[in-house]
Amino acid sequence: MTDLTLVQAVNRALHEALSTDPDVLILGEDVGVNGGVFRATEGLQKEFGSERVIDTPLSETGIVGAAVGMALYGLKPVAEIQFLDFIYPAFDQIVSEVAKFRYRSGGQYPCHVVIRTPYGGGIKGGLYHSQSSEAYFAHTAGLKVIVPSNPADAKGLLLTAIHDEDPVLFLEPKRIYRSVTGEVPDGDHRVPFGQAATVREGSDVSVFAYGAMLPQAVQAAEALSSEGVQAEVIDLRSLVPLDEKAVLASVEKTGRAVIVHEAPRFCGYGAELAALLAEKALYSLKAPVARVTGFDTPFPYALEHVYLPNAERIAHAVRTTARAS
Amino acid sequence: MPDESTAPTPPAAEVPGELPRDRLLDAYRFMVLARTMDERCLTLQRQGRIGFYVPLQGQEAAQVGCALALAPSDWIFPAYRELAVALVRGISPKLLLDQFIGNSGDEMKGRQMPNHYGYRRFNYVTASSPVGTQITHAVGAAMAAQRRKDPIVTVCFFGDGTTSSNDFHAGLNFAGVFRTPTIFFCQNNRYAISLPLERQTHSPNLAVKATAYGFPGVVVDGMDVVSVHTAVAEARARALAGEGPTLIEAQVYRLGPHSTSDDPRRYRSDAELAEWKAKDPLARLKHDLLAQGLLEESADAGLWEAARAEVTKALAEAEATPPITPESIFDDVYASRPPALEEQRVECLRLLQEGILKP
Repeated sequence: MTDLTLVQAVNRALHEALSTDPDVLILGEDVGVNGGVFRATEGLQKEFGSERVIDTPLSETGIVGAAVGMALYGLKPVAEIQFLDFIYPAFDQIVSEVAKFRYRSGGQYPCHVVIRTPYGGGIKGGLYHSQSSEAYFAHTAGLKVIVPSNPADAKGLLLTAIHDEDPVLFLEPKRIYRSVTGEVPDGDHRVPFGQAATVREGSDVSVFAYGAMLPQAVQAAEALSSEGVQAEVIDLRSLVPLDEKAVLASVEKTGRAVIVHEAPRFCGYGAELAALLAEKALYSLKAPVARVTGFDTPFPYALEHVYLPNAERIAHAVRTTARAS
Repeated sequence: MPDESTAPTPPAAEVPGELPRDRLLDAYRFMVLARTMDERCLTLQRQGRIGFYVPLQGQEAAQVGCALALAPSDWIFPAYRELAVALVRGISPKLLLDQFIGNSGDEMKGRQMPNHYGYRRFNYVTASSPVGTQITHAVGAAMAAQRRKDPIVTVCFFGDGTTSSNDFHAGLNFAGVFRTPTIFFCQNNRYAISLPLERQTHSPNLAVKATAYGFPGVVVDGMDVVSVHTAVAEARARALAGEGPTLIEAQVYRLGPHSTSDDPRRYRSDAELAEWKAKDPLARLKHDLLAQGLLEESADAGLWEAARAEVTKALAEAEATPPITPESIFDDVYASRPPALEEQRVECLRLLQEGILKP
């Protein structure tokens, strides 16, 4: 065990994969000499060489497209997109190619590309360094979408992603890259996909969150505890595949659900969770499902504190949901 | 395949620089087979026996000349018009017709429109419809081959329209920077559906674009199988020698429609078509073969008859192949089905059982 920040844990996962599997390589903008703009790949090029930690030209299409070719050939590329906000030039590659290769080839060509990218607000990044567009990708059959919320999961989920047979979009909550430190297992630590984690047990309301919203949700739950409201906080970790069982089991217990994400509400990931609860847990529900999300606006710069869900807003929703009858 | 006397020989592992005289007849046989199959497929589509078709007529020499210059270990990244490349590669008419029909013999499992196929064992990567996306893949695969020190090239097929795409720029730029062993084989057939070349680019030609990426661009007469073969063999030799990529512009003409959904009379004249029909690459090669004494006029009819017989036999077999099972739509989305998808498969099976869905 080593105490690491989330971004350090990402770095250790990449280091572990590069050390143990010669087919793993990294490519992206500024990932080599510079070690990544968030330093996620710091020191890796120096240790593993410029043929395995590749500084590419400034083209997201090129990065993802080249990674596809490498994966088809049998390598395990880990592509970095500098910010999720800049992934859209590669949207065609991700949606039309990465996600569909296995299917359209009848299983002949798996396309195990990992795309790592920092996402989310809270760093004064404005419209183009703050987005949470996970729903676009969760909507696309063939992709797995993973969001860690703490250092140990960041390492364990990323190593699972790199050795998975399917393509993975790995969203890193940049706001908490350095704000949380935690114990991270050494070596080839893996956390399986499709398993949510119960971060805090509670009997009154289920709070579902992921990524940088986790610390906010936990803070809200702790604040409410003194008011006699016991919130259960579930870290989804894996948006695709979703741990449906964990979601349903929690709501069957509490009868109340609050869904939290930074992304806009309309057709956001929370809409799918709410639909799931309506389809499979309606008779357990004692109150309407609540969503605490970003507003349906572009991500604002000066007013990001208004836009982004925080512990107070989550607590307010949980309190209201707990009292509703 | 037809009997030994007419079966063309696939390319050898060792690729000579020039197409030898004795391979010229093989090239012609492949072109005849491609043309024959193409004509049959257009008919099949009109008869409703296949859903859609993308013809290649006019581009046979470019495709056969290129494919014969490659080794079986070279990786091909096709677009959707490369029937003759597939045939040279050894992909049989039966396999292709299985795909066009979408039956249980279709290795794409009925998931893709006709012409969108690929076969790993032939190093022929499965095509998609968005144009140009395969260009960056060819570059990435070449980077992987470099890393593994495999002595191969990757060859990427696309048309004139694709040179305007995002991926064309990204792919060629990467290839230049990383000096990948890649051949970018552009079949400039002068139209992107309806858009003529002069509206696609203001460049004097397409090959010149390679200059900006720092590697050679070559214009070649795509109606001449020998010229194409030479250009590709040279590009391949450069790539294997570590000298990086080449853009080859094979100037051809699409004699037919873009696809069976297209009516080219809306955007080009009969006179223009007639002018290019006079340059038909099959007629041209036949003329050369006759002149060189490599083919007798009397034997030509036999070649066409053999090709027709082969396609007819393959079609009968493909049409007798059972349909694909409906629940297969849930396979290969992921390496294994996640629970939610398994639930949908079970639901689908139940709807089929209850007759609400028809198989």
